[in-house]
Amino acid sequence: MAETTATTPEVTVKEKEPLFGKAEKKLLLDPLGDTNPITIQVLGICSALAVTSLVYPSVVMAIAVVFVCGFSSLFTSLVRNKIPKQVRMIVQLVIIATLVTIVELTLKRFNYPIYKQLSVYIGLIITNCIVMGRLEAYAMANRPWRAFVDGLGNGVGYGVILIIVAVIREVFGKGTLFAGSPIQINIIGASNDEIGYLINTAAESGFGSLFAGYYNNNLMVLPAAAMFIIGVLIWIQRSYRPTLVDVS
Amino acid sequence: MNSTSSVIRFVVIMTAGVALTLALLSTSWGGQIKANEAIFNKRAILGAVSDYLTEDPKLMPDGKIEELFGSKVEQIALDMSGAVLTKEDIVASGYKGGKPENIDLAKEKKKPEAERIFPLYIFNSEKGKSYILSIRGSGLWDEIWGNIALKDDLTTIAGATFDHKGETPGLGAEIKDNPTFPSRFKGKKIFNEAGVYTSVDVKKTGGTDGNPYAVDGISGATVTADGVAEMLQRGIKYYLPYLNKQAAAKKING
Repeated sequence: MAETTATTPEVTVKEKEPLFGKAEKKLLLDPLGDTNPITIQVLGICSALAVTSLVYPSVVMAIAVVFVCGFSSLFTSLVRNKIPKQVRMIVQLVIIATLVTIVELTLKRFNYPIYKQLSVYIGLIITNCIVMGRLEAYAMANRPWRAFVDGLGNGVGYGVILIIVAVIREVFGKGTLFAGSPIQINIIGASNDEIGYLINTAAESGFGSLFAGYYNNNLMVLPAAAMFIIGVLIWIQRSYRPTLVDVS
Repeated sequence: MNSTSSVIRFVVIMTAGVALTLALLSTSWGGQIKANEAIFNKRAILGAVSDYLTEDPKLMPDGKIEELFGSKVEQIALDMSGAVLTKEDIVASGYKGGKPENIDLAKEKKKPEAERIFPLYIFNSEKGKSYILSIRGSGLWDEIWGNIALKDDLTTIAGATFDHKGETPGLGAEIKDNPTFPSRFKGKKIFNEAGVYTSVDVKKTGGTDGNPYAVDGISGATVTADGVAEMLQRGIKYYLPYLNKQAAAKKING
């Protein structure tokens, strides 16, 4: 005969979790390294190749992706239990597309010249796999605040890689930093009447003359260079942390 | 699986909500966005005469661009025969405000050649008069366009600005991003000594220093550079009837 023991169910009082506790910190910082969207998850490569020829558009793009990733995760998580299963991905796409349209309108309204420069890339955020990827992998199964932080974290992880690649490509491919922005720095090149470079390769004497035969690396201007650089970054990261090899 | 009706209800509510939000944003910001676009175009036009200005138009605040454009630029519209159009003509061509600055070259391109109209901007400054033409063409991936400023003699180029829709950054996009490209056009001529129209060619091989009718191209951006050359050749040609009339009038008046 089976013994039936009446057990008083233990009532565990859940502690109110801190707004920015260990879990949030992990969500925010992991994508900078161990779960980086580009180098580990291998997502969002397309825009990373296209936009990184210059640093300034890359920075604006990174900010836009952080915004879209964070808020789309937030909104998706808020309605995650109400989305009918048959239209799950369509709804996610609508959320992302709406947010990107808002970004586009905001740029047009407040900084039209930057909008003109980036108009193609902004639309591409909709197709950025990182955004959709995080919605499916995290936002659909987690609470809004955590989802928001996860979105932000992945956006920042993407942004960091973007900026690293862009700096390398612009410095070696064009000899400048932040070209096209108010804070343009001309680093290396042949100074003429129109542009003055810090390291003047056309100088007759002095530091610049050491670089007399220097030419910008035209390969850096092409998307293929971004692919090589990202490949090298993946290589460096996995050599540094062997546990990450074969993780994706 | 949810019932079909609940799916439809969800989708309808979501669509309505999204559409409402975007429509609200779009209408409330629409005016400012149009103004931003107009100032962007004016900045590009003034960029062609940057040598005549005390400051680089790219660095001027919006208000200054408006003020400068309003006070120093006379805008007229021309038809294919070189005749100056009235405000009513411009409105009849499809531009509600009747202002030449609203003329959309992309729209005009779709009309049959005989019906097209073009804007011309006459810039009056202490340093001299300048005629600014607007041209449009095709680059490698998508459209390109530009403003060419002619000096008082209607032959020498005073300056130029270019823009594009989707050329490759670092290659075709250099027509806009690299200030040395447009500056190559300064001092070049569109008519030779015999008065024959030559336009300005863009040479891939370079070596155009002594040649008043050509500029160096951009290495790696052959198609875009060819597009610029073609755009200049065809685009400036549209203005020839007017330019020739002006030149003839000058000769009569001495």
